[in-house]
Amino acid sequence: MGLQLTSEEQDMLDGKQGKATRKSMEIITTLGEIYGAERLIPISSVQIAGVSYHNLGEAGLEYLDEMADDGRVRTLTTLNPAGMDLIEWKKHGIDEEFAINQQRVIDAFAKMGVITTCTCTPYLIGNLPHYGEHISWAESSAVCFANSVIGARTNREGGPSALAAALTGRTAEYGFHLDNNRIAQVKYEVKAKLRNTDDFGLLGQVIGERTRKKIPYIVGINRATSEELKSFCASIATYGGVALFHMEGITPNRTSIPEETEIVTQEDLIAARSQLDDADAEIDFISIGCPHASIREIAHIAELLENKQVTEGKTVWITTAKPTKDLAIKMGFYDKIEEAGAFLVSDACCAVAPLKGRFKGLMTDSAKACFYARGKNSFKTEIRTIEQCIKEATT
Amino acid sequence: MNLKGRKIYKGKVVGEILITSHDISFYGGCDPDTGEIVEKGHELEGKSIAGKILVFPTGKGSTVGSYVLYALRKAGKAPLAIINKETDPVVAVGSIISEIPTIDRIDIEKLENGQKVEVDADKGVISIIE
Repeated sequence: MGLQLTSEEQDMLDGKQGKATRKSMEIITTLGEIYGAERLIPISSVQIAGVSYHNLGEAGLEYLDEMADDGRVRTLTTLNPAGMDLIEWKKHGIDEEFAINQQRVIDAFAKMGVITTCTCTPYLIGNLPHYGEHISWAESSAVCFANSVIGARTNREGGPSALAAALTGRTAEYGFHLDNNRIAQVKYEVKAKLRNTDDFGLLGQVIGERTRKKIPYIVGINRATSEELKSFCASIATYGGVALFHMEGITPNRTSIPEETEIVTQEDLIAARSQLDDADAEIDFISIGCPHASIREIAHIAELLENKQVTEGKTVWITTAKPTKDLAIKMGFYDKIEEAGAFLVSDACCAVAPLKGRFKGLMTDSAKACFYARGKNSFKTEIRTIEQCIKEATT
Repeated sequence: MNLKGRKIYKGKVVGEILITSHDISFYGGCDPDTGEIVEKGHELEGKSIAGKILVFPTGKGSTVGSYVLYALRKAGKAPLAIINKETDPVVAVGSIISEIPTIDRIDIEKLENGQKVEVDADKGVISIIE
C-alpha cells in the first residue's frame, strides 16, 4: 500500500509551499514510511521540545533560523521550558551570553508564529486538546498526560518532528494515533498508599521501570488530583518511556482489561524512594515545579512560606508557566514567595537550565527532577513532599 | 556484491566504511564539533565518524541527537552516509535535516571496516567496490 498523499501534501513535499514546508514534509513522510503509515492526518495542536539553548546549541539554533526563514505554523503551537526565566533571568544567576542566545531561540520560534510561552504543562495554560483529538506533542510528560489523562492522541515527538507537524499542520497516522495501539497490555494492582505528588512520582517510577513498552492498566487508585497525575505522567515517562496508561475510574480511554497482573506494594514505593534518596546528600537547592507548578500548588507554597525566610546558603526555585506566574503576581502569591527569599521562576525548570556546578544537592517532590539532576547536573537528590521541601528550605 | 535496503534519505556517495555493533546516541555520545565518539566504553570511542560511511545497528538516546547530526554537518564533520539495520526516528530526522544519505534494513554483518563502497540511497543499494 505505502503512504498516500493528497495533492496538497504532495505540493508541500515538492517545495511548492516553500523550503521549510518541504523539509518538514520530508520529515513527516519519512517517519510515516518507517512506521508503515498509510496516510497523513491533520493535527490541531503542537508542543515543541528542544527550546533550551543549553540543549540546542548553536547548530540547533541555526536549524531553527533556517526554518524561520519562510516557515509559519499552521496550528496552535506552544514551547517547552527554556533555560531561563525570559524576564527575571539575571537575578537567578544566569549569565548574559546564555541569555542572549536563549532569546535568539525564542525569537526564531516567534518569527514562525509560535506562542512563545515556555512550559512543560501546555494543558494548564490554554493549549488543551479534547478527547480523541489528534495532536503532535514533544515533551514526554505532556505526551503522557495528553494521551492518558485527556485522551487526545499523540506519538512521542522530538523537537524537529513536532516543529515539522506545526509547519505542515500534519502528522503521519501511526502509533498512538491508531485505536489498536492504545489497548492496555498489563494490569497493575496498586496496593500502596498514595498521599502526595511525591508518592505519585514514585509510583510512576515503579510502574515505568517494570512495564517499559507495555501499556499499563492501573487499578486501586480511588482519586488523584491533576497535580498528582502530572507528577505520575512525568515519572512514568522518564523511567519507562511510557506514553499512554489507563487508570481505572480516572482516565477516559476505552480499553479491554489485560489478564496479566502485577502487584505494586508499599515496599516497592519505599524501595523506589530509597533509590532516589542519596544518603550523603547535602541539600543546597530546593526545586518544586517539575512538571511546572499549577496555580493551586503555588498558592499552597505561598501560604507555607508566609512569614518564613529561606536559610542562607540555600536556593529555592518554584518553576511554572508565565501565565501562571502572572496570575500568582496578581493574587499576591509571588510577593509572599519572593519576600521569603525563594524565586518564582517562569519559562524554565531545574532540568534544562544551565545549573551544572552551581549546587550540590537537590530536594524536590518530583521523581523526574531527581533523574535529570543526577544525570545532567551530577547533583545528589532527595525526594520529599512539598511541605517537607519548604521546611528544608527554611530551617 | 550489492546489498539492498530501504531509502531513509536520498543521495549517492562513495566512501570508506566505519562499522560498529554498538548502537549510537549522538546526544552526549558524539562530539558535535569534531565528530569523535565520546561515549565511555563504546566500540568507536575516540574514533571520528567524519567523512565515513557510518554503519551501526540503530540509534538510541535523546531526540536532541537529531540536532547533533545537524551540528556535525555544519562543522563539516558529518558522516558521508549512514547505514543501519533499523533506523530510529532520532537518526532519521537527523539525516533529513542534515541531508545525509541514509539506508536501513541492511544486513550490516556483511560489511567490514575499511571497505570502499558506493551508497545509492535513492535506490537503497550499497555496492562494495573493494
